[in-house]
Amino acid sequence: MTGSAAQAVAPEALTSGARPSGVSTSLRRSLRWLGVVPFGVYVALGLIVPTIAIAIGAFQNTDTGAWTLDNIKLATGGDYLPGLRNSVLLSIASAVVPGIFGLLIAYAIHTAKRGKLLRQIVVTASGVFANFGGVPLAFLFIATLSTTGVVTGWITDLTHFKIWNHGFTLYDPLGIFVVYMYFQIPLMVLVILPALEGLRPAWREAAHNMGARTWQYWRYVGGPVLFPAFLGCVLLLFGSAFSAYATAEALDNTIALTPIQIGALENGNVLAGQEHTGYALGLFMVVIIAVVMIIYTILQRRAARWLR
Amino acid sequence: MNALVAAAKKEGQLNVITLPATWANYGTIMKDFTAKYGIKITDANPEGSSGQEIAAVESLKGQSRAPDVVDVGSAFAVEGANDHLWAPYKVATWNDIPADAKDANGDWYGDYGGYVAIGYNPAKVHPAPTSFASLTNPAYKNMIVLNNSPTTASAAFSAVYAAALANGGSLSNIDPGIKYFAHLKAIGNFVPTSTGGITTVQNGTTPIIIWWDYLLASEVVPVVKGFKIVIPSDASYAAYYDQAISATAPDPAAARLWEEYLYSTTGQNLWLEGFARPIELPTLSAAGTVNKAALAALPPAPSGTVTFPTEAQQNAAEAVVSANWTKQVG
Repeated sequence: MTGSAAQAVAPEALTSGARPSGVSTSLRRSLRWLGVVPFGVYVALGLIVPTIAIAIGAFQNTDTGAWTLDNIKLATGGDYLPGLRNSVLLSIASAVVPGIFGLLIAYAIHTAKRGKLLRQIVVTASGVFANFGGVPLAFLFIATLSTTGVVTGWITDLTHFKIWNHGFTLYDPLGIFVVYMYFQIPLMVLVILPALEGLRPAWREAAHNMGARTWQYWRYVGGPVLFPAFLGCVLLLFGSAFSAYATAEALDNTIALTPIQIGALENGNVLAGQEHTGYALGLFMVVIIAVVMIIYTILQRRAARWLR
Repeated sequence: MNALVAAAKKEGQLNVITLPATWANYGTIMKDFTAKYGIKITDANPEGSSGQEIAAVESLKGQSRAPDVVDVGSAFAVEGANDHLWAPYKVATWNDIPADAKDANGDWYGDYGGYVAIGYNPAKVHPAPTSFASLTNPAYKNMIVLNNSPTTASAAFSAVYAAALANGGSLSNIDPGIKYFAHLKAIGNFVPTSTGGITTVQNGTTPIIIWWDYLLASEVVPVVKGFKIVIPSDASYAAYYDQAISATAPDPAAARLWEEYLYSTTGQNLWLEGFARPIELPTLSAAGTVNKAALAALPPAPSGTVTFPTEAQQNAAEAVVSANWTKQVG
């Protein structure tokens, strides 16, 4: 569900070629391309081929393979469009809120005095938390915060206040949002930290020497430099939440979310023979991610003006 | 039969799919079959679903590791028959299988199943529930779960079907079942969590679960001390899984021998020992060949004959639940 952070940095590493050593320029150039081949194959098999298969399958009958618009019609009926809306809203909330918290935490450890050990602890712990998900994560929260959970018991013992009798619940969209924070905030810390480290102290010193106040430094120097990276990280978080599946289903099987609906169509034991309706829903998700990517690219291009 | 055994032995192997060793006693059944006939069994993807079985039959066609036989939910048996995935076959005891639990042509046939039941931990649940109506008692706040979403799991779907029968619905009208669970959630009794069945029952978070009687008996009773199972007095809904032989089975004789074995007295009783009600249970009971100790572990079956939804009713109900569950209950 998570863990695409590593891929995000891969292309740049691949395009910076080897040092010249007497080999002819054209051979060097082709060797350079050779280095990208494994990544190209990986992208083709893991991303392009499945996307095309989904895009074609969405317009084919599940059984006969004949061209049809029925899948799209079915996928816009029932509870599928509200499911898409819920998925987008939950993902936006689960990207922006941990994005801000993660940035603040990362900034705190980045600027902490004698923070080397602290940094190491936070980064290691974040690596663990960011990769913990699925049903085990849901159960972790049930074991601690459900009606019979350990922490619920402590709260009741200490305050004689039974939170579950006063509207608190894990089993609704807000509960899912809270549980997502568990892996989203650490993920944000991990991916934004390198960007923070890219802010050179010299820039700040130069700004101060020219009389800039702290807010002015952030408004005109730090913010614009950091903004594209921050946006990229929030987008990564959006994708992570948008595709999350098992945790949400384990907590609330009455909420309409697109990945869960696709799971019911492809893998379930109830609905038979509607696999291609799932393809249509998958296509909707691809389109949404594509739109988000385009907006991101436009915003980043504007922001990147400052870096030229 | 002797010719079939010889041909099957010559093939020497059988590919089954998605049979968990702890499910319906399949671990013992597979071991006993191998010991008896010397035929090696390969069980692919033991934790998989019916949908994945169909997908495997289609995608592995022509390969030696393709599934020979499947054990699928009834919607998938019918879908497979429509797609001509099955080879018709009638076991020796064909006539003991009720007519509405098999395909007349022999494409698929009911194997084992059970009733929708209420399981509860008496240490935490007072008073004891007896029916769907009784589950609205405020004493059960935050206590009741299904094993999964009814849009995904056939057991949970069947629980909604049963609830419909208890609330003025019918096999053609599942809507009252959805409304029942919406009400149960609104009053706080129904908890929409599902960590894959028994986890939250075992740790005490949700001490009441509506599930198949045979799964409650095999999965929950061993891990929750004193756990009780009751078939709701206001609804008896039963469903059976189906067997089918793949039309493109790489080991066709072994596949047919496997079916003969499953529908023999030995096979039927082995299922019963795994708490699943074998389809030929009435015949076994009448003939006195049933394993009585195994039968006693299940709650007594309600009197009267069970009626099963037709394919059309089932499809309609599935569509209604898929479209309305999250809308009405969520």
